Amino acid sequence: MKKDLKEFKTFPSSVIKEIHRAANEGIYKIRGLGAKRKVPDFDDLVFLGASMSRYPLEGYREKCNTSVILGDRFAKKPIKLDIPITIAGMSFGALGANAKEALGRGASAMGTSTTTGDGGMTKEERSSSKYLIYQLLPSRYGMNPEDLRKADAIEVVVGQGAKPGGGGMLLGQKINKRVAAMRTLPEGIDQRSACRHPDWTGPDDLEIKIQELREITNWEKPIYVKVGAARPYYDTTLAIKAGADVVVLDGMQGGTAATQDVFIEHVGIPTLGALRESVDALKELNMHRKVQLIISGGIRTGADVAKALAMGADAVSIGSAAMMALNCNADLYREDYEKLGTEPGFCHHCHTGKCPVGVATQDPVLEKRLNPVDGGKRLKNYLSTLTLELQTLARANGKSDVRNLEPEDLAALTVEAAAMARVPLAGTDWIPGFKKY
Amino acid sequence: MNFDLNKKKLREVNNYLQNIDRKDNKRKFELSNPQGQHAICVGLKDEIDVTIKGHTGYYCAGMNQKANITVHGNVGTGVAENMMSGKVIIKGNASQSAGATGNGGTLIIEGDASSRCGISMKGINILVKGSVGHMSAFMAQKGNLIVFGDADSDLGDSIYEAKIFVKGKVKSLGADCVEKKMDEKNINELNKIFKELNISEDPKKFKRYGSARKLYHFKIDNLSSY
Ligand SMILES: Cc1cc2nc3c(=O)[nH]c(=O)nc-3n(C[C@H](O)[C@H](O)[C@H](O)COP(=O)(O)O)c2cc1C
Ligand code: SF4
Repeated sequence: MKKDLKEFKTFPSSVIKEIHRAANEGIYKIRGLGAKRKVPDFDDLVFLGASMSRYPLEGYREKCNTSVILGDRFAKKPIKLDIPITIAGMSFGALGANAKEALGRGASAMGTSTTTGDGGMTKEERSSSKYLIYQLLPSRYGMNPEDLRKADAIEVVVGQGAKPGGGGMLLGQKINKRVAAMRTLPEGIDQRSACRHPDWTGPDDLEIKIQELREITNWEKPIYVKVGAARPYYDTTLAIKAGADVVVLDGMQGGTAATQDVFIEHVGIPTLGALRESVDALKELNMHRKVQLIISGGIRTGADVAKALAMGADAVSIGSAAMMALNCNADLYREDYEKLGTEPGFCHHCHTGKCPVGVATQDPVLEKRLNPVDGGKRLKNYLSTLTLELQTLARANGKSDVRNLEPEDLAALTVEAAAMARVPLAGTDWIPGFKKY
Repeated sequence: MNFDLNKKKLREVNNYLQNIDRKDNKRKFELSNPQGQHAICVGLKDEIDVTIKGHTGYYCAGMNQKANITVHGNVGTGVAENMMSGKVIIKGNASQSAGATGNGGTLIIEGDASSRCGISMKGINILVKGSVGHMSAFMAQKGNLIVFGDADSDLGDSIYEAKIFVKGKVKSLGADCVEKKMDEKNINELNKIFKELNISEDPKKFKRYGSARKLYHFKIDNLSSY
């Protein structure tokens, strides 16, 4: 007999499976990396390229500048990066020491910065990183004034794109002796990181907190404020008001080490729309390019970087993709992916501590699978590819500096992307929801 | 040596105190007219004595290392936040989040401390001669919070390994915080702290509170606490 296999649109097999899982386990799913659902993103935009009215630059002859200065609003020592692609904050604890060192090596070889994370600064990452951004998080795990003074910039973390409004989570299996000591907590217990700062609430307090950090560090270091993409227009405005030198905005696709799946998939807005809102705020306050904007959440290619800059970002930040450059989800040690119930290309098991490729683990055997020198080289190659792609697109649009890319160089392929990015739908002059006068 | 904060900019004063010339013998400083300014005496890192005559704003003595700082007045939010070592004495009252995330050293508040005193503390000793506000020692990880007066609601919510001692009444305990036995070891510990600080007080009058350690691993049976 022919089977009648008409799927329920409301209850497709994936939903039924999840209901069964929930009914068996009685608890939500926790996992790593970013949203798995499709949202409007940079792939929904294209560059127009050069034409009769725009002259391209010669690919191998004419220079195309990629350097960017971050933090020259108030800091005495702003940071000059060679490329506008930075490495996002990822905690030691979530990642192993080798992974942190590899990130530092790769970033430094390309003249860009890397960032600490929840859990403090390791000496490996400090010594391997030319520019190291030190995060001040609600948990304050490992926070101390010596490391603060050793940092090249300070990033006050208000939120993360994967979980705006959520605290951190590091499950007990990842808490070895060193991680526990850095966080002043017993070994092997589940660690929750607070979702709110312990000593300030709201933008007025943040302004005073920033003043304190500047006083401790002689007004030398740029102060970044990182927010998840919740209400980017207002958050950008308030971060500027609070005295930030740099705003870091993380869209909903942004990765995490361990968060509830429901949080990752259902809280926050896509990077594309968030970026537009944030640039609006900067421009309205006449602060665009004076306070720099770093955008993150789902950046993968030089095209993503170029489109983000064209929409008004000063730089981008990458987390998941940098881990992938270190072999996350690579087709190696297949049997260990199997043990986790997954396959290369689908893994999101950073929370388990059993990372098959030695990136998101504290297990000494697994960690050996990542050689920090080789990892650093792969990250360097990856960053270098992104940079070349970025320059290719900038030259094609006639730009001698990647930050001269502009929204007028873009068209949207979908109505949604046109509305979010506020660029016209390709082949039309239509921007949904935007009135010129 | 005296600094008048009416006449000298805070940046200059902090800068001086943060960069003490170790060959110089000057080790005692007095700051007058603080007028509630924020971030006074933050990031000090030498063994010096600083007396502040008046009230201070937020984060006074923030991230202190080694210095002894005494405030003859009240202090704003986050006094001695993330302190590493040294001693900070407040003659008046303290606002919220006093001693937040402190890693070491001693914070003494002779008056009352407001809510979240000792929040996320990581090894500091905090002594409050008066009472503390709600949610004090929230997520406190290590160190001792010693309260001579009363504690308001939700004391020690989600506490880890820090110890809380209260002489007066406790309005209510937060999630996973329970009263624990005050044994010989605890009495000796308190005695030692009091002795070092020249405080005459009987440790036996205090009750001890700490973690029931039931939330250390995420378990579905604890759902109502999350
Ligand atoms: C393993 C992992 C650990 C992370 N840890 C932190 C952290 O400690 N602090 C933080 O602000 N963000 C953290 N993030 C978020 C990143 O800083 C960044 O916002 C995000 O990864 C960017 O999106 P992308 O992964 O799509 O590039 C983490 C992300 C990952 C994947
Ligand atoms: S391969 Fe490792 S780093 Fe990548 S998702 Fe799996 S556990 Fe996380």
